[in-house]
Amino acid sequence: MAEREVTWGPRGSHTLIGKEVSRIDGVEKASGAAKYTNDMNQPGTLFARLLTCTHAKAKVTRLNVDKAKAIAGVHTVYLFKDIGENAECNYDGELVAAVAAETADIAEDGVRAIEVAYEVLPHVVDEQDLEAARAAKRLKYDDDGKEVPLVDRTVGDPDKAIADADVVHTGYYGIHTISHMCLEPHGAHCTWDESGHGPKLTARHSTQAVSTTGPQFASQFGLDASDVRVICNYIGGGFGSKFAADIWGWAAAQMSKDTGRPVRLMLDRATELKTPGTRPSGFANVTVAATKDGKITAWKSHHWGTNGPQGGTIDGNQMPYVFDPPNKHVVSQGIATDCGPNRAWRAPNHPQLCAITDTALTDLAAKLNMSPVDLYKANLDQLDDTAKENSKLYAAELDRAAELMEWEKKWHAHGKGGNGPVKRGLGVALHRWGGQSVKCSSEVRIFADGGAQASIGSQDLGTGTRTVIAMVLAETCGLPLEKVKARLGSNEYVYGNPSGGSITVGSVTGATRRAALEATGILFDKVAEKYKVDAKTLSLGDEAVWSDKKKVCSWKDACRLIGPEPITATGPSPVADGLTSKLVGGVQMADVSVDTETGVIRINRMVAVQDCGLVINEKTAKSQVYGGLIMGIAYATNEERIMDNNSGRYINADMETYKLPRIGDIGELIVEFYQPDSEYNRGVVGLGEPPVISTGAAIANAVANATGVRVPVLPMTPKRVLDALAQA
Amino acid sequence: MRDQDHPVGSHSGFNRRDFLKGSGAAVAATAIATGEAEAQAKTKANVVPARAVDIKLKINGKNETLKLEPRTTLLDALRNWLNLTGCKEVCDTTNCGACTVQVNGKALYACSVLAIECEGKEIKTVEALRSGDKVDEVISGFVKHDAMQCGFCTPGFVVATRTLLDKNPKATRKEIDAGLGGNICRCGTYDGIAACAMEISKGGA
Repeated sequence: MAEREVTWGPRGSHTLIGKEVSRIDGVEKASGAAKYTNDMNQPGTLFARLLTCTHAKAKVTRLNVDKAKAIAGVHTVYLFKDIGENAECNYDGELVAAVAAETADIAEDGVRAIEVAYEVLPHVVDEQDLEAARAAKRLKYDDDGKEVPLVDRTVGDPDKAIADADVVHTGYYGIHTISHMCLEPHGAHCTWDESGHGPKLTARHSTQAVSTTGPQFASQFGLDASDVRVICNYIGGGFGSKFAADIWGWAAAQMSKDTGRPVRLMLDRATELKTPGTRPSGFANVTVAATKDGKITAWKSHHWGTNGPQGGTIDGNQMPYVFDPPNKHVVSQGIATDCGPNRAWRAPNHPQLCAITDTALTDLAAKLNMSPVDLYKANLDQLDDTAKENSKLYAAELDRAAELMEWEKKWHAHGKGGNGPVKRGLGVALHRWGGQSVKCSSEVRIFADGGAQASIGSQDLGTGTRTVIAMVLAETCGLPLEKVKARLGSNEYVYGNPSGGSITVGSVTGATRRAALEATGILFDKVAEKYKVDAKTLSLGDEAVWSDKKKVCSWKDACRLIGPEPITATGPSPVADGLTSKLVGGVQMADVSVDTETGVIRINRMVAVQDCGLVINEKTAKSQVYGGLIMGIAYATNEERIMDNNSGRYINADMETYKLPRIGDIGELIVEFYQPDSEYNRGVVGLGEPPVISTGAAIANAVANATGVRVPVLPMTPKRVLDALAQA
Repeated sequence: MRDQDHPVGSHSGFNRRDFLKGSGAAVAATAIATGEAEAQAKTKANVVPARAVDIKLKINGKNETLKLEPRTTLLDALRNWLNLTGCKEVCDTTNCGACTVQVNGKALYACSVLAIECEGKEIKTVEALRSGDKVDEVISGFVKHDAMQCGFCTPGFVVATRTLLDKNPKATRKEIDAGLGGNICRCGTYDGIAACAMEISKGGA
């Protein structure tokens, strides 16, 4: 076989790769034709509605569904809880029962007809008050009942380093819990069918993991994995929270099995915010010390927060973030709260680590009367293990971001943001991420009529996965984008990785490139034989086969040599062949105005300079960064889960009071990829998470620079801003 | 210990939707009284049972008759009975705009009205903005500016943008921010949406 060299080819040699290409499913999405799980209307579909616990901690003492079942149009009731062994409810919003009926309204009637009573138990939902958690015995304890931290790590001699330091800063910082707020809630449309040789269960499932949720359905019902088909062509947001079949997926399948009808069970909005995961909170008392030149010599931090009933918090082992001073002491404690559980949230841990580290560093810089950019530069020779290769990259990105922000022109000292009530200031923060490709396959087929397709049991979260697969296939075959097909969204295709951790773009493009190179290599053999040319000299482009710049035949003519059995090749990921790599940095800067009379923060400009190796599709990649900035603006300024200590309930679980930015709230966003040849040459690296990490810290630092006052806890709601100003 | 809770799903207490749906019975009664069969006209207001009635809707230029309970929202009718799933159910409390449709030329949250209230009105959904390969310039603009990621809010934004530009073809950025401020995107696509609207309105020039 003619082996084509596995590379991306020289930079600048492409018709598609690296260009700004519109997503191939854009019209489907924008015109409403794209069908999501929540849009599935198979004939006979029943609609499900949920009864959820209205207490933070309770035992179900009575649960009678007879009246619900008696309602005309109600077909079945599924119990997640029952009196007896499975009676305990551990947070507001935990699922108790589901009713499936002819219409959603009748299902809701059914929910209302359920008789339920609880024994209400004492609760703790305060995630910020460590002393209250200690009094309530909600920390971690050893076998003797002695309080033990989750992390207690010392490097060097931090106390001595602090005593010897020129400047020492101490401060309190924190960041509250937020929900994923997927616009399409979690849920599944399940069809049980034992009538033939097809799959017994078809789960149209809103999932980030098309290839791995099937077995979770199968094992629950004693089916073979091959009996379950999982389909997800479009998903309305996941952000790390949609990897599992989940108990509501099982419920939908069970209710379909019981009724012989398809069942659509989607979480209602309140339950969507409360139940399928949140991002853990983190609070910390920090001491950081430095020389007068800004070299950080010591870091001490004591952390606490919650990730729900498990009693974890953010990962103290990674503190301080990115920077690695020679002396440090980190203690971390988790509070077990009766709040909803956590799930991976876009860049797990990192936004919180950054919001605690980079804020403290900016305050240290202020104390040194230094720009935080200069403080960062003074410490690029002491980065942690995953960031240390990025030292030169950070320097370059800081310089470029400063240019785009007009930092030199706009910069002023801490608190010198103007004399009027509206103060203006600048902030900066930086981040790191992995983004290495993982186990994933791509099957490429080339047909005798010239058709070419790549199929992967992957999913497109909105990142443009479908489009990058098609781009790589089209580029490799020398075809225009519209002449190839990219198939994903079904577990009947070859295995695709779950999409989480910014691993998908490298995984699917690497696998597709390898498969397409192999398939076209097979095609080259046929062309070489037919046209008496050396297969090694062949290349593809402009819908033709070329030999040393001479056209041999058209793509169509070449494909006619294939015969009835299509050429099929399966490419793997990951392979250490240079198509993909790992580790990115990234710098963000914020220019904000703070109204000191109302406490309202306005974003004037955000700058993001991001590296991610070789960029396949500049347009959809940029969208990832815009999206990261806007999600960052959200959790920096207004977005948070609000728990009521008295009732133990999540009191803003709706879209009116769970505040997200609107189109007028984002300011001017400037996004640029840092991509010198060295970036192109290292291949594709994932991008999804990094751009959301340092946004919160950058905005918080800009607020501090504007006002001279640190608003210690994110989100910086008007109340928190005014409180901080009042206390200053 | 509370011995008996009012089971209301994850909602607490009285809510707008209960009120809206409860009022459906009265609206149905009015519609019938002012409308057709005499026998039905004798039905007293507020005692109409929650049974399906004929609801005649004009959607995307086509007349449709649906047999639905009077409490059915326009959103439910469009999505689950006519399979017009371009309008999305997201908040179901008139906060997010994902279910935006045009009713008599005005942008309306389809979750905020009952289907029966829309009898005699011209309803236009996002599906009307595409016919095969022919798409409205707002749709092609959204694609060009990549004004979408997961795409779940996108059709609502498209209808809101189309309606805004119909009313104000030279909208400025400020007017676009105000006009589209009733829609929420989670993935963070506002920049592309604004760029698309600004391009079509030529920046208000």
